[in-house]
This record gives sequence, structure tokens and C-alpha cells, in this order.
Amino acid sequence: MSSILPWIVLLAPLCSAACITLFALRWKALSSFISIMAVLLSFICSCLVFARADISAPQFGWIDVAGALKVPFGLTQDQLSKMMLVLVSGVGAVIHIYSLGYMRDDEGKSRYFGALSLFMFAMLGIVVANNFVMLFMFWELVGFTSYVLIGHWFYRDAAAAAAKKAFITTRIGDFGFMIGILMLWMATGSIVFAEITPRMSMLTSHPTFLTVVALLIFCGAVGKSAQFPLHVWLPDAMEGPTPISALIHAATMVAAGVYMLVRVAFVIQTSQTALLVIAWIGTITAVLAALIATQQNDIKRILAYSTLSQLGYMVMAVGLASNDASMFHLFTHAFFKALLFLAAGSVIVMLHHEQNIWKMGGLSQKLPITFVTFVAGALALIGCPPFSGFFSKDAILALAYQRNVPIFAVGLFTAFLTAFYVIRLLVIVFFGKPRSEVARESRESPAVMTGPLIVLALLATLGGFAFFARRFLALPIEKEVAVFVPAVAIVALILGSGLAIVLYRNRASEPLDLQLLRHKFYFDEFYRWLIYWTQELLAGVFAFFDRWIIDAGAVSGSGRGTLGIGALLRLIQIGNLQAYLFLFGLGIVALIYFAVFH
Amino acid sequence: MITLGDYLIVSGILFAIGFAGVMLRRNLIIILMSLELMLNAANLSLVAFSRFRVSPAGLPNYNAQVFVFFIITVAAAEVAVGLAILVALFRARQTTDVKDISELKF
Repeated sequence: MSSILPWIVLLAPLCSAACITLFALRWKALSSFISIMAVLLSFICSCLVFARADISAPQFGWIDVAGALKVPFGLTQDQLSKMMLVLVSGVGAVIHIYSLGYMRDDEGKSRYFGALSLFMFAMLGIVVANNFVMLFMFWELVGFTSYVLIGHWFYRDAAAAAAKKAFITTRIGDFGFMIGILMLWMATGSIVFAEITPRMSMLTSHPTFLTVVALLIFCGAVGKSAQFPLHVWLPDAMEGPTPISALIHAATMVAAGVYMLVRVAFVIQTSQTALLVIAWIGTITAVLAALIATQQNDIKRILAYSTLSQLGYMVMAVGLASNDASMFHLFTHAFFKALLFLAAGSVIVMLHHEQNIWKMGGLSQKLPITFVTFVAGALALIGCPPFSGFFSKDAILALAYQRNVPIFAVGLFTAFLTAFYVIRLLVIVFFGKPRSEVARESRESPAVMTGPLIVLALLATLGGFAFFARRFLALPIEKEVAVFVPAVAIVALILGSGLAIVLYRNRASEPLDLQLLRHKFYFDEFYRWLIYWTQELLAGVFAFFDRWIIDAGAVSGSGRGTLGIGALLRLIQIGNLQAYLFLFGLGIVALIYFAVFH
Repeated sequence: MITLGDYLIVSGILFAIGFAGVMLRRNLIIILMSLELMLNAANLSLVAFSRFRVSPAGLPNYNAQVFVFFIITVAAAEVAVGLAILVALFRARQTTDVKDISELKF
């Protein structure tokens, strides 16, 4: 059944963004009102779309280049995209409302809400895109809005630099993504998902080609979902406002990479090699980020590294060829990570933008609602039963146990680390004694901020139960695995938490000092060095070519050559009549000589 | 008995004198006169050829003589032009020495 509802879902935020940017920039209250109304409308329509199984949207032709490249503008309406629509617009709506409180006194409130609406449009576009070109366009659009929102406080150098870093780093992955799309288009002649799927069988005789295509498409996800080795931008992106960190850099945009991989699973899953690479990249990201998180002191950075780590889990699940487990974790993660960021935002605002955890402490009495919701999020994140994260992480670990035991082992170690650093964060921030003046004088956030926290806390707590899970998990888990894996996961959880409590209880400063982890494995320094030297080398080669080949050779060379030939010719132009005559006579003699004697 | 060879030798000597004058003298008037000498050396050899290439009917070859008239006419015109340039040059530079005239514009 065709309907207008999916179009409303997609276009409401776009209209809002256009209205705000064109007309309402001066009226802050009006802009935020428009933006929130749009996202609520989007959310309600998403729910309606989700509730009706047979809904579909008309598709119309958009770009047609000589019949060779046909790009329709159509909306995918399957179970996966409907689920994502509800998730994105739902979390988006909650965070819009929270932003009202967080950005209350901000100068650029209108700009903020305009960009937020544009982001919602782009993100919903990624979810419903039914072909690669649309997907790629919306993909770039979320990258752009992410850039704008990270750099919202552009007068701070760190924010401007972080915005640039995020954009450029993501572009590296997007370049591979684009090449992958083009290769696939050349091979199959179509860019629409539904048309490519049946044609994939033509390509099975070229396994190398398929592997290359799958890995290039995966490059896009590596950039957007901040996987190793392009993960460096995400922690820096925390320079943006906290609701942005929650919405874009935790719940939705970074998950877009995972969603995209699931959407194009028909390509990825044709190559076992590509799957293995993807699984290991996810695993490495998960453990690397978790290790780094154990030694960070900025509350938002710790959460950012935990986001990286959880995204690693999702990518790992994609690499283990299970879309279900991956999407399930994406779903629960969106709730509990948005919740953790918003709770952290509440702490940060109440402490007058203090982000160092060693300046906090004892906040469980000062901010009770924030504390309770943060604990719910934290327990979900470390996978404590019965919170949602337990079920989804357990599904991924069980999957890894069945398909690839080394990955399972690393995943389990990551779970242990996760428990360790989350409990460390919890103990330092909320227990013990306040370690600074602002922490002593803080009080609870207003209702417009705690309301969203409570909603998300409920979802994060209940999100793992069967009502949600059975929509995702189709694969039956073997009985012994179903007992063994949760058991070892809980052991890891208890070990990690216990270690953190023992180490950090009643501490005033960091007892461990691991420079390697504190400096994030020196990735930033290494990249700076790498870029510096490649740039120097390239610049040197180009400068040599420009100075000696183009300038000295082509430009000055032709001038000097003309001058030289002119100087030679001037030697015979002496201006003496009789000398000319003599030469003339010589010429005549030579002519006669050649004419007569040869 | 004077033969064709004798005439040609005289003509050659005259031409050589004229060429030497053109090459070596500095005065433009002398150079002009030497040019006339070279032309007349050519005329002399032409007339000699005319006199010594007799047709079976006993007549000289008049083609060469007609050619000589043309050369005399052209030479007259040339002297007129040459002297006119010389006068103009002298008015401008107060000299007729080729050493002083080594530039195209002044």
C-alpha cells in the first residue's frame, strides 16, 4: 500500500531546517519550537509506518544519464529501515527536548537547531535510501552536519580543529566507499539495492573483485563508524555540545556505518576474506578503545572511547555474518549510550562545564536523578543482566564463540575492560567526596533535562527483553553456548567491576600511570608525523619540479634560448655596408660554385 | 688581330676595378661610380659577344645589343635614384662616408 507517511517522516526535518535557516534565525524560541515540532511529527509518522506492515512509498526517477546511470529517488520500507526510523526519530526527539535545557542560554541556539534538523533529515535519508547514490549523498550530508555541529562553538580553537579533523578523516573512508560503489555499478550496471541483489550471482566467479568491492564499501563504514585505523576523529568530536555527542557521535550517525554494512550485506557476505577482515577490524577497535578508555580523565572522552569499543562489537558481528546480532546491539547501544551522554551532559552543565572526572566526586546525593539514570546506562553498557546491553552483547559473544574462538576471547577481554572503566568512571564521579568547589555546590538539572534521561533510562533498561529481541534475533543459540557464554561474560563483568572498585574507591587521584594508554597508543602523534612527512616529501618533489622543470626549464628556458639565438644572429648584423656586400659576394660565388660544378 | 678573349680580359679587368672600388672605397660617390664601371664591364662583354657570334647570313647577334641598351637605361635611372638618395643623406648627415652610416634609423 502506498502512502505519504514515509515522505512526511523524511521531509519534516528538512522543512524545519529550511524554515529556521531562512526565516527564523533571529527568534531562538521559535527555531527550537519548529525543530522540536518537526522531529515529533517525524517520530509519530515513523511509529505509524512501523505499525503498518504493508506500507510502501512511491518511487520516482531522479537522475538519468543517457540510460546508463539511472538514479531513482525511492524509499526502502522493510523491517530493518522501519525499525531504524523509529529509533532515529525517537532518540532524536528525546535529544531535541533535552537540548532545550542544555542550550538554553546559547548565542547560536537557532543555528544549532537548524543544523540539528538538517542532521535528522540526512540521517533519516540514510535509513530509507534505496540505492547507493542516495545513500552516499545523505552519507555526506550527515558528515557535513556533523562538521557544523562539532564546530558549533567555532570560536574555540579546539572545536574548530576537531570539526575539521572529523570531516577530513571521514572523507578518507568515504573516498574508498565511493570507489566501491562505482566498481559495483560498473560490474552490475545498477545502483539500486533491489536490482543489484539478483545480479550478484554473476560476479561469484570473480572472488577477488568481490573482496575488493566489499572492503572498499567497508572503508566508508570505517570512516563513519570510526573504526581502527580511522578512529581518531571520534574522541575529538566531543568538543561539540553534549546533546550532539549523544545524538550524532553515539546513537545515530556513527551507527550509520554499521547500518550501511547491514543494508549492503548482500555484497559483503559474498566474500569470506572481506568478512574476516571486517570482523578483526571490529575486534581490534573494540579492545583498543577499551584499553585507552581505562586511562582517560575527561568524562566525555571516556564515553567516546566506549562508543568506539561498542561500535567495534557491532562491526565484529557484521564480520561474523550476523546482521541480527549487530542491529540488536546497535539498537540497545543507541538508548544506553545516548542516556550516558545526556546524563554526563547534565553533570557537566551543573558543574559549569567541568569535564575532568577528578574534579567531581560525591555527586550521587547532589544529582540523584542523573545518578540513577547514569547507573542504568552504565549497567547496560557493561552488560549486567537484566539491562539491555547484557542481551545484545551476549548475542554477539555467543555468535563469536560459535564462529571464531580467538575473536570471542578478545571480545570477552573487552567486556572485562568495559566493566573496569565504566565502574571506574562511576566510582570517581558519583562516590567518595567532592574534589572541587563546583562539585560541592552542584544541584539537580531542570525537568526538561531529567525528563529525557528518565525516558531513555527506561528504554535502556527494558530494551533487551524479548519484545525487542525477537524482532532481531532469528538465529537459534545452542543450549550449551546459551549457558556457557553468559556465565563467562558475567564472570568477566564481576572481575572488571571488582577490580575497579578496589582500585578507585576513595581515591583523590589516578593510582595507575600507563603512558601508552593515556596517550591513546600515540595514534595522533603518529598520524601527525606521517602526514607531516608525506606532505614534506610531496611538497619537496613538487617544488623541485616547479622550480627546475617548469620555471627554469620551460619558462625561463624558452626566453633565454630566444635571447641566445638572437645574440648569435646579431654578430653578423654589424651595420657596415661593405661587409654586407662582401658577404653578398661570397653568397653569389657559393651559388655559382654549386650551380656550375655540382 | 684582336680576339674575343682580349675583349673579355679587358671586361674582366674593368669589372675587377669596379668591384674593388665598391668594396674598398669609403666615399659613396666613388662607390656609385665604381658600380657604373661594373655595369659597363658587363656591357662591353655583351657587345663583344654580339660582334663575335655572327649568323650564317653574316649579321651580328642583335639580342645582346638590345640587352645593352636596356642596361644603359636602367643604369641611368639607377644613378638618378642613387644620387637623389645621396643628396638627401648628405643633407641629413653632412657626410658621404659609409663608415658613418651604419644604422638603419637616425
